[in-house]
Amino acid sequence: MRIAIEHQIVHRPTLRGKAVVQMLRLTPDNSDDQTVVHWRIDVDCDARMRSGRDGFGNAVTMLYIEEPVEAVTITATGDVLTSDAHGIVRGSNETLPPALYLRGTAATPASEAVTAFAAEAVRHCDGPLAMLHGLNAAIHRRFANDGKAAAELLSVEEAGPCDLAHLFCTGARSLGLPARFVSGFVAGEHDARPHCWAEAYVAEIGWVGFDPAIGLSPTDTHVRVAAALDAAGAAPVAGEAWGDLVPLTGETQ
Amino acid sequence: MGTIAAFDEIMGGLDAAAPRPELAALQRWLDHTPDTELRRRQQSAEATFRQLGITFAVYGESDAAERIIPFDIVPRVFLHDEWARLSEGLVQRVEAINAFLDDIYGERKILRDGILPPDLIFGNPQFRPEIAGMRPPHGVWAHICGIDLVRTGPDDFFVLEDNARTPSGVSYMLENREAMLRLCPELFRQFRVAAVDSYPDRLLATMKSVAPHGVGEPTCVVLTPGHYNSAYYEHSFLADSMGVELVEAADLVVDDDIVWMRTIAGRVKVDVIYRRVDDDFLDPLVFRPDSMLGVPGLIAAYAAGNVAILNAPGNGIADDKAIYSYMPDIVRYYSGAEPKLRNVDTWRCREPESLAYVLDHLSELVVKLVDGSGGYGMLVGPTATRAQIEHFRAALIAEPHRYIAQPTLALSTVPTLVESGVAPRHVDFRPFVLTGRNGVEVTPGGLTRVALREGSLVVNSSQGGGTKDSFVLMPPEPDSWVQTQTQTQMSQIQMQGDR
Repeated sequence: MRIAIEHQIVHRPTLRGKAVVQMLRLTPDNSDDQTVVHWRIDVDCDARMRSGRDGFGNAVTMLYIEEPVEAVTITATGDVLTSDAHGIVRGSNETLPPALYLRGTAATPASEAVTAFAAEAVRHCDGPLAMLHGLNAAIHRRFANDGKAAAELLSVEEAGPCDLAHLFCTGARSLGLPARFVSGFVAGEHDARPHCWAEAYVAEIGWVGFDPAIGLSPTDTHVRVAAALDAAGAAPVAGEAWGDLVPLTGETQ
Repeated sequence: MGTIAAFDEIMGGLDAAAPRPELAALQRWLDHTPDTELRRRQQSAEATFRQLGITFAVYGESDAAERIIPFDIVPRVFLHDEWARLSEGLVQRVEAINAFLDDIYGERKILRDGILPPDLIFGNPQFRPEIAGMRPPHGVWAHICGIDLVRTGPDDFFVLEDNARTPSGVSYMLENREAMLRLCPELFRQFRVAAVDSYPDRLLATMKSVAPHGVGEPTCVVLTPGHYNSAYYEHSFLADSMGVELVEAADLVVDDDIVWMRTIAGRVKVDVIYRRVDDDFLDPLVFRPDSMLGVPGLIAAYAAGNVAILNAPGNGIADDKAIYSYMPDIVRYYSGAEPKLRNVDTWRCREPESLAYVLDHLSELVVKLVDGSGGYGMLVGPTATRAQIEHFRAALIAEPHRYIAQPTLALSTVPTLVESGVAPRHVDFRPFVLTGRNGVEVTPGGLTRVALREGSLVVNSSQGGGTKDSFVLMPPEPDSWVQTQTQTQMSQIQMQGDR
């Protein structure tokens, strides 16, 4: 599938009157099932950009704006060719072993409630792959249309768009399976929107994607951009919560 | 409170009637200098320290924000050959620490070879995935190490802790020596003491040696969290004596993956940063997003190879208490030889058998928090009350993985001036080891900490410990006309005094 992406972010620096230094994770990488035909990042002011990699192996763009600005509009544009691999991730850039992705983080702390939920979800599942599908389906069934219930389970006031993926990571880790958060884009009927899902590691298969928002594995509609222990590590704009991104629109050309 | 039979560094064994021959002169000096005179000199030294502002803050004590660490006038002496052997052990250990860090954030051969359990690394918050795959310039990670040691016999040294992050205390080594040269010059005529005053020069040379490739005359800075930090005096002292700028995060800005320092004359490119801030507060884009102490973009500049950070980010995995018990295996693995410096036997309470043993022997053991420091959250079994022991028993049963236990060592003693006169007190030792592009060097001296309370084994300054000067003796003089370094120092001091 050929997916055209145009994604715009308006970034408002929290420190007024200072030079802007930001780290962006907005560039998809090539893998066996994802080919970036072309990609560019533009900003609407005088800026310098440098590309590099973070510790998790994700492509990052450092954005340097010397003159203080009220807001900067960042636009990522490109075409990506994808093929359906039933969620299996092949040929991705890996810097860390799966065992690292068993650790919890501030956004994905081990919790008795989530552990119990995960155990219940996989009660009739046999083997890690079936357990992960069971967990994914259970999260989708229970929470995809009920943010309140998710917030309750996570003991937070409000569940955000990345909490389903967080929930999947915490649940899979509680089952002893490495899991991570993935940020990227998903192609809809008319446009490609920013999206997030999760991946878990299954021995002998490798990393497999699970999208609790749809209750299925990602298909060729998903464009993978960055993966990390949680949303903060894979954030398109470092230090900014997912929900703060304004506006979340993308247009298919 | 029990007293522990210990090796006295001047008298030798417990029952010895005469001092060790090499140190007879020190005993004579103690015998011939009246306590009142020793006390006068000690007070003079402490007055100077207070004037200089060498203070530290005890966390949790609001009234004692500005306290000086008590200084003891009686030096501790290492013989030349004792020191030579100890140095070899330190070099081997620090080389292994550097090799370990380079490996664990790179190829991770040590895990493939099954030397360490992988979950010990990957489950450990001190292993920082944020910097995986990044390599510091010239592959040096732990540029400044302060290896904490205790001694139980002439050549029996044990490592208590490898401080490979931001070890402090070197300013005490230097200030204590200055005070001793001024107040007890006669001791430097009796003993040929190796000079420590070149430490700032050596540190600067170390910094310059690890500057990124292709930098001609590197600009070096010291990065401090600010004057509220308990070691701020040391930060400013080191910057001052090296002749480099002392900066806070707000003074640095990253542009185009290059670190710049804001000065009144404009931006100056920075090549080497001796940082005295923790990893968490280095770069809010990579570590804690709420950090006001950090420099946004610093890790990007580091990843691009444009700046050296001393010590490298991520070093906490090398000196973590959970890793400590594996250090002998780590040294063996990277050096291919037996460790020359021993570890203290350690029971990992996360292992059920060890926990059972520890619970049965609480009154003999020292129990420590895996993630604690500064003597907080520590039980010294032999000197603890019943209530303290029971408190720890409950804590151990509740959270065994948070604790390790070690035997109570008979820490060596050194004569120390206390209220009742000169009496033996337990000491530990922190030598400072520098690693640059061209290898490892051990500063001939260090920080001796002394437990001022009789029988106490806790030397931490936050727990009422003091410091002493640490003499390292040079080999016997080959030619009488050679001016010793100490004589040079003394004439410098004299001149300073004359000014």
